[in-house]
Amino acid sequence: MANEAVKYVWEGAIPLQIHLHKSDVASHPSPPPALVLAPRIGYLPLLIPHIKPYFKDSLPPGEDSIWFDYKGVPLKWYIPTGVLFDLLCAEPERPWNLTVHFRGYPSNILIPCEGEDSVKWNFVNSLKEAQYIINGNCKNVMNMSQSDQEDLWTSVMNGDLDAYTKLSPKLKMATIEDEFSRKASLSSPQSRQGATEMDVAGQIKTARVPVRLYVRSINQDFENIEDVPGIDTWDDISYLNRPVEFLREEGKCFTLRNAIESLLPEFIGDRAQTSGEERSRDDDNTEEADGLLREMGEIKLARIQGIEMKLEIPFSWVVNNLMNPEFYLHISVLVKAPQR
Amino acid sequence: MNSGREVIDGRLTVEGFSVAARAFADKWKTHNQSLPPWSWVPLINRTLLLSNQQEEGYLSLENILILSSLEESTEDESLNVATECSEKEEPVDHTILNQENEAHYYDFHIVYSASYKVPVLYFRGYCSGGQPLSLDVIKKDLPSCSVSLLLQSKWTFITQEEHPYLNRPWFKLHPCGTEDWIKLLSQSSISAGCQMPVELYLVSWFSVVGQVVGLRIPLEMLN
Repeated sequence: MANEAVKYVWEGAIPLQIHLHKSDVASHPSPPPALVLAPRIGYLPLLIPHIKPYFKDSLPPGEDSIWFDYKGVPLKWYIPTGVLFDLLCAEPERPWNLTVHFRGYPSNILIPCEGEDSVKWNFVNSLKEAQYIINGNCKNVMNMSQSDQEDLWTSVMNGDLDAYTKLSPKLKMATIEDEFSRKASLSSPQSRQGATEMDVAGQIKTARVPVRLYVRSINQDFENIEDVPGIDTWDDISYLNRPVEFLREEGKCFTLRNAIESLLPEFIGDRAQTSGEERSRDDDNTEEADGLLREMGEIKLARIQGIEMKLEIPFSWVVNNLMNPEFYLHISVLVKAPQR
Repeated sequence: MNSGREVIDGRLTVEGFSVAARAFADKWKTHNQSLPPWSWVPLINRTLLLSNQQEEGYLSLENILILSSLEESTEDESLNVATECSEKEEPVDHTILNQENEAHYYDFHIVYSASYKVPVLYFRGYCSGGQPLSLDVIKKDLPSCSVSLLLQSKWTFITQEEHPYLNRPWFKLHPCGTEDWIKLLSQSSISAGCQMPVELYLVSWFSVVGQVVGLRIPLEMLN
């Protein structure tokens, strides 16, 4: 059932130029940087087997504990590579220049990483959490056979969408219906249930969607995106790991903007759960409206899978097509903070 | 009926957590004076983390000086006032000697999981110099009965993960299955003729979870 958008997501990759940190260089001259194409849906530690050969002759003796940094900020290895790039590079840098370290793991900041096992554990854990959110329980993941779990993970590691598509139905992950996929689903051999709860009349549907929101807040407007300063520490990013809950109502479209605003209510005029576009035009009193606009923050940019999203896109389409293999939708947002 | 306040299926809403947290902190302060009080840390201070009109946050108990793990009865736990005081003004009575005879400090945070709709316990240990303690060292500080519980049980499962708000590695006690045993605890109050009120949720939860990390609560708190 792999559609174009899903293929696009799985094929997405970031060219990296990886420099060995000077304190790890024990050879002369120092080695040139390694050039690696990193899958967006993958994770940095998985690239180590490709990177290490470039540098092994330059390393000082001792055990490796590998970590990466971007402009001095240690990179959280359990965040998908594509998300790190979208979040940390306001203006996309190609190739993306990273520094690799083989010593001096910052264990007061980063949780430990023991190679592929740690990454796999993190993936499976996220998958369980996503399933719990969508299905209300994680028994399908828990009941999956060891070898199926292995194969699923391997398909992600290798970027093998065909293998993943064959295995993921075993997760029996409920899906969110959207108008665009409904036609496709009718002809699909898999049975699809909505991730929904319906009332007696079958009209109102609620859904819980796994979302990880990464928010960078700036205090002023910038002419160009490349003028947005980089972060100094992870404390400059607000991270929200919480589901978006929404009611599907007939005739109303729940957009990406609605989804983001439900997680960041500081960015809407009032707290009522109505469609974003209509609300900002509702204000009769223009003075009041201006005041509100000044106080309100503003979503400047939302990136998913490297795409700068139009916020009016139906959220259900975004989820179904742009989520990561562990069923989480990762959204990087640049916001202008509300003026208080 | 305010549905946000009920405990549904063993799980809590975010508003319910805020209510339960304050009730828990109040009861603790009243009944558990041998330990410092829990404080509520609002998320409002962290740039954008805001939700609804309710103030979101987590409970924090920090700088607890734990000097041991013994299976002794509660009488012994009131001995051994530490000569090195923690930063709190009241002397900490809950002190016992650890294997290395050095001071280990612990921080505990009770954080709400929006995904699982249950509270989760995060904790970390460190020496007086601030160096973090490894899980092996921490396990030596835990009551030995809880260490075997950890090894056997599938719900008390400690992993090292990043704190949801502080960008640092902490240890986390897994929430999987929480709603099941909370339901069991609720059932006893159901048969007594009442639903578990949300104010007692964290008290009940902590009566189980706290034991894993050596923090017992007095029985009076459960009333």
